[in-house]
Amino acid sequence: MNLISSLMSKKWIILFGLIFGTLGALAVNWGNPANMGICVACFLRDISGGLGFHRAAVVQYLRPEIMGFALGAFVTALAFKEWRPRGGASPIIRFFLGMFVMVGALVFLGCPVRMLLRLAGGDLNGLTALAGLVFGVIVGIFFLKRGFNLGKAKPMTNTAGSIMPIMMVGLLVLAIAVPAFIFQSESGPGSQFMPLIVSLAIGLFVGFGAQRTRYCSVGAWRDIFLVKDFYLISGILAFLAAALVTNYIAGNFGAGGIYHWGFENQPISHTEHLWNFLGMGLVGIAATQIGGCPLRNLILSGEGDTDAGVTVLGYIAGAAVAHNFAVATSPAGLNTWSIAAVLAGWAFCLIIGFTMRKA
Amino acid sequence: MAVEVDVRGYSCPVPVVKTKKAMEENPGKELKVITDTQTSVQNVTRLGKNSGYKVDVREDGEDFVLVLIPEK
Repeated sequence: MNLISSLMSKKWIILFGLIFGTLGALAVNWGNPANMGICVACFLRDISGGLGFHRAAVVQYLRPEIMGFALGAFVTALAFKEWRPRGGASPIIRFFLGMFVMVGALVFLGCPVRMLLRLAGGDLNGLTALAGLVFGVIVGIFFLKRGFNLGKAKPMTNTAGSIMPIMMVGLLVLAIAVPAFIFQSESGPGSQFMPLIVSLAIGLFVGFGAQRTRYCSVGAWRDIFLVKDFYLISGILAFLAAALVTNYIAGNFGAGGIYHWGFENQPISHTEHLWNFLGMGLVGIAATQIGGCPLRNLILSGEGDTDAGVTVLGYIAGAAVAHNFAVATSPAGLNTWSIAAVLAGWAFCLIIGFTMRKA
Repeated sequence: MAVEVDVRGYSCPVPVVKTKKAMEENPGKELKVITDTQTSVQNVTRLGKNSGYKVDVREDGEDFVLVLIPEK
């Protein structure tokens, strides 16, 4: 009985996780890059490139999924009366934490969403990264328990709350119109995408579902260790299971398929285990300090949370830094400054963790 | 008197952390948690139920007040 009532209280997030995981796997069959059906970090990086903030020619495209996430959450928040313009809880710190989340993600090559999709596509480097993510979350919890927080947000005007949704509409217009100043990859991951309307529809659906369920792929691990709460993780596990099963049903494994089990020769992946661990560890600690994974912050930015909006801008800036300053890795392995940037990120998070304690 | 925990303005997971701390510092006592987001209402409600409290939620203007009463 207890098990059944426990599952019933989680039925919506489990259902959402199942659909999200299925779509995440199928998005590859429908046109997105291998093991990258959905990757919030990679897609923000592609947008950063599409706008010309970095010039890595293979990762430039205004991914409509991202606009869908935020705008789906925006409409849903309005419909369910959860639109609350607010902000002012250490935005500058959030900006830099957002940058370092992106640095960590682009050293591993994926956000926590893609990490699970990589695992569901046989890429065992996802396991190393998962261990790192959990390690980073646990370090973040150590600070939370010591009283770490980024201060209080205050209510803001509708104008302030609308800035990010309006920016997302603007990005969508640019993605549709593609004026000459927008960069568009001709080869590599940035040239692989689903039809715009499909990307947008999936994004809007995920924005709706993630807003309602509070789906968060960092909060899930945090809540297990912080309060023994298994609500969010049940959605994450449903996501992983659905993606794995879908990949088998779709014929993505085996002869003629695109995936195989192992560490080597995985799509858009490398085997620098220590830096996969510490890179995703940096995502874990920084995202725990911000209060959520990149998807969650996109959703919150659509609900009027301007602090989350600043974090999203930090991700975009972080992607530019990662590619302009030879930090982002590639299937060939580490880049010149990958290690230095990950260590700088860890140092930043530890200093923030020890010094930011408000009543 | 219920122990008051005002977490208005704090974003996830700080409301949960502060409520949990108040539980640990005031075992067996009633808690009154004031918050301003639905997400915190849900998170604190789950924490309360998982920790053996009966949870009542009411809206108070723009805010939400959760009363957590120990069940034992």
